[in-house]
Amino acid sequence: MQLSLGKYLKKTTEAAPLAVFRLFFGIMMFASIVRFWLNGWIEKLYIAPKFFFSYYGFDWVKPLGDFTYLLFILCGITALMVAAGYKYRLAIILFFLSFTYIELMDKTTYLNHYYFISILSFLMIFLPANAYFSIDAWRNPARAFQKIPQWCIDAIKLLLGIVYFYAGLAKINSDWLFRAMPLKIWLPSKYDLPLLGDLMQQEWVHYAFSWSGMLYDLFIPFLLLWKRTRFVAFLMVIVFHVLTRVLFPIGMFPFIMIVSALIFFSPEVHHKILNFISKWFSISKQRFDNLKTHQFTGIKKKVSIGVLSAFFIIQLLFPWRYLLYPGELFWTEEGFRFSWRVMLMEKAGYAQFKVVNAKTGNRFYVNNSDFLTPFQEKQMSFQPDFILQYAHFLADHFEKDGHENIEIYVDSYVALNGRKSTPYIDPEVNLLNFADSFKHKTFILPFEDEIKGL
Amino acid sequence: MIKISKFLLIATLLFAVACSTDDDGDNGGESNGGDNFDRGEMLANWADNIIVPSFVAFQETTQRLEDVSKAFAENPETTELNVLKAQYKAAYQEFQTVEMFQIGKAEELNYRSFLNTYPTKTENIESKIASGNYNLKLPSNFAEQGFPALDYLLYSYGSTEETLEFFTANPEYITYIVAVAERINALTTEVTASWEGDYRDTFVNNTSSSSTGSVDRFTNDYVMYFEKILRSGKIGYPAGAFTGSPSPTNVEALYAGDISKNLYLQALDSFEDFYYGVKINGGENGPSYFQYLKYLEDGTNSESITASIADQFSAIRAQSSALDSNLKSQVETDNSKMLAAFDELQKEVVLLKVDMLQALSISVDYVDSDGD
Repeated sequence: MQLSLGKYLKKTTEAAPLAVFRLFFGIMMFASIVRFWLNGWIEKLYIAPKFFFSYYGFDWVKPLGDFTYLLFILCGITALMVAAGYKYRLAIILFFLSFTYIELMDKTTYLNHYYFISILSFLMIFLPANAYFSIDAWRNPARAFQKIPQWCIDAIKLLLGIVYFYAGLAKINSDWLFRAMPLKIWLPSKYDLPLLGDLMQQEWVHYAFSWSGMLYDLFIPFLLLWKRTRFVAFLMVIVFHVLTRVLFPIGMFPFIMIVSALIFFSPEVHHKILNFISKWFSISKQRFDNLKTHQFTGIKKKVSIGVLSAFFIIQLLFPWRYLLYPGELFWTEEGFRFSWRVMLMEKAGYAQFKVVNAKTGNRFYVNNSDFLTPFQEKQMSFQPDFILQYAHFLADHFEKDGHENIEIYVDSYVALNGRKSTPYIDPEVNLLNFADSFKHKTFILPFEDEIKGL
Repeated sequence: MIKISKFLLIATLLFAVACSTDDDGDNGGESNGGDNFDRGEMLANWADNIIVPSFVAFQETTQRLEDVSKAFAENPETTELNVLKAQYKAAYQEFQTVEMFQIGKAEELNYRSFLNTYPTKTENIESKIASGNYNLKLPSNFAEQGFPALDYLLYSYGSTEETLEFFTANPEYITYIVAVAERINALTTEVTASWEGDYRDTFVNNTSSSSTGSVDRFTNDYVMYFEKILRSGKIGYPAGAFTGSPSPTNVEALYAGDISKNLYLQALDSFEDFYYGVKINGGENGPSYFQYLKYLEDGTNSESITASIADQFSAIRAQSSALDSNLKSQVETDNSKMLAAFDELQKEVVLLKVDMLQALSISVDYVDSDGD
């Protein structure tokens, strides 16, 4: 075992797939940032709100007012630098930091896709993605390498595999498979799609999509790994992601996944891609084909492999943390995020906060729109950690306004996957008695139904 | 040079991709075959059988309001004043049937804010009248016109005789009343004309399922109206639901007093009728939310949302029978009944905003952001 691991770590391969990956990744990220900006989302999501929902432990990460735009500019420029492989290490570190900072500013905007980008860019810090077909390699032939260790490419395949496989595991539950929820709610509302609109009304289609989605996620990593099924699998990747793009407001993500899946192809394919690009831009690709191998040595090797091993162990274990919490995961959402639970729930809620003076019994309701954007209010209304953080914010706010002996209660209702709305948070509980933590939130009322499965 | 132009080409393409990835409301893409619920028909029912006839009927009352205000200006006598007061009440009542339709021209004009911002700013009205210099078209003057301003002018100076006496001594008040009545009518005429003109087709043909489609946008407005205008505005603010201290001066039609409950009930009736697709000019109900939810319910085994919504409408109405016809008196004598009304309305908000919107797969937020 010791031997074969050592052997594996010494195995080398062409650097071309990683170079192609770096190039497309950078371009996609740049396009995403530009799109985000042009949609006016920087203003809407990070400048306009008066209050931001922080991740536990990250309440020091806040939008920077108008400087938030600079953050996005930094993120966009470093994405381009990554694409070009120009001062790569610095660029990917800055990209990781700025992108992650942006995501940490307000958890209202949490998406699995953004988390994926964050950890992928973290992973890329430790990979020699600029060894080949990069400005760095062009300018400094001493640091140009045609070959790199095999594990550098496998690391990306492994991360993609985890994302797909875990997303597939999460779909093994009774709502998804036996009630076709939430697709049964989402698909019929796409009545105006050309050709597909009427099909989306059929119940069997909802079930077919649910089951095939689950099977796709579970098996696609393996079909991509195996040479004989690879090409068909890649076609499936394209069809699947284009379909999700057509059906759901999912942004750039489908394109990112399609391009990422190219990493599974052999080096020859990537050389062809690079040849094509070289011709188009009249770049002499031969300059990079120096047959040299990039070797990780000494401390660098130890740190890289150590960090990445820890990284993957965490990635493999973290999604299972929900098992440590009592209650239905979809209902409490304790351990829901960062676990590749994608498109699993149609959840909506309504939360009416009540501010009570404990001494006089005087009470009044809070107008949420005084403090939150509609988007924030929507996200807050069905997630307990949001509700708790907001309750504390309200207490601070009304205390400043001169109110005394404040207690905060909430009347809240949540509907999950087409079930009728039911009370969500115990209305008799003063939320100020609780501080946010990773512990189970006892003020969540139990889920009145059962969802079987993982 | 060639390299640069290629870079530019790629950059342009990227830009195009980045910009075009937002699916904006593509008009018209109707496909109503099969067992598809016909949203185009629902939009047409809303427009042709409810919204347009409501505005036409309301516009007749505002026209008459303008006419009788001018008749009063020409001949400031008791009869004319009484006719004006009666017409103010009739028009205010009728306004409740269109207040929820804040879409299209009405949205563009800030129609609701111009016609019904209350409490009205009485000092500003007095100073404007005193200076004789005012421009009611400015958005900064929401709170000095519309029905709440008429309410103040017609009912705050005592009995009809006292009021008449006051106006006779200060004819500039009559001028202001006429200006307010004209403004109400002009805005209503503009909105009605827009619905009778191009906007009807724009509205009905935009059957897109995206957040810019008519069903999505209207439904957001409709639910928002119930929550913010009907629940909070007519009941919540006077009851002090958001401050803890009852505030009787926040009731609608504060000075005329005895009509405030009727205005509330009319708004509720119109809202409920709309939900059921009740046609203004009679006939069998057309397709609306009720029918849409029924269509969707058939496919699921969940508890009936339509039954819950219907029950809650009944509960709200049952509770309202306990309210004084003058909501101001109700707040002053027994505010707990007002808070009870608020709580009943609140339950309906949950059903509409959570259960109904989820069933219809309509997103509440206006930010068209990405999903997972």
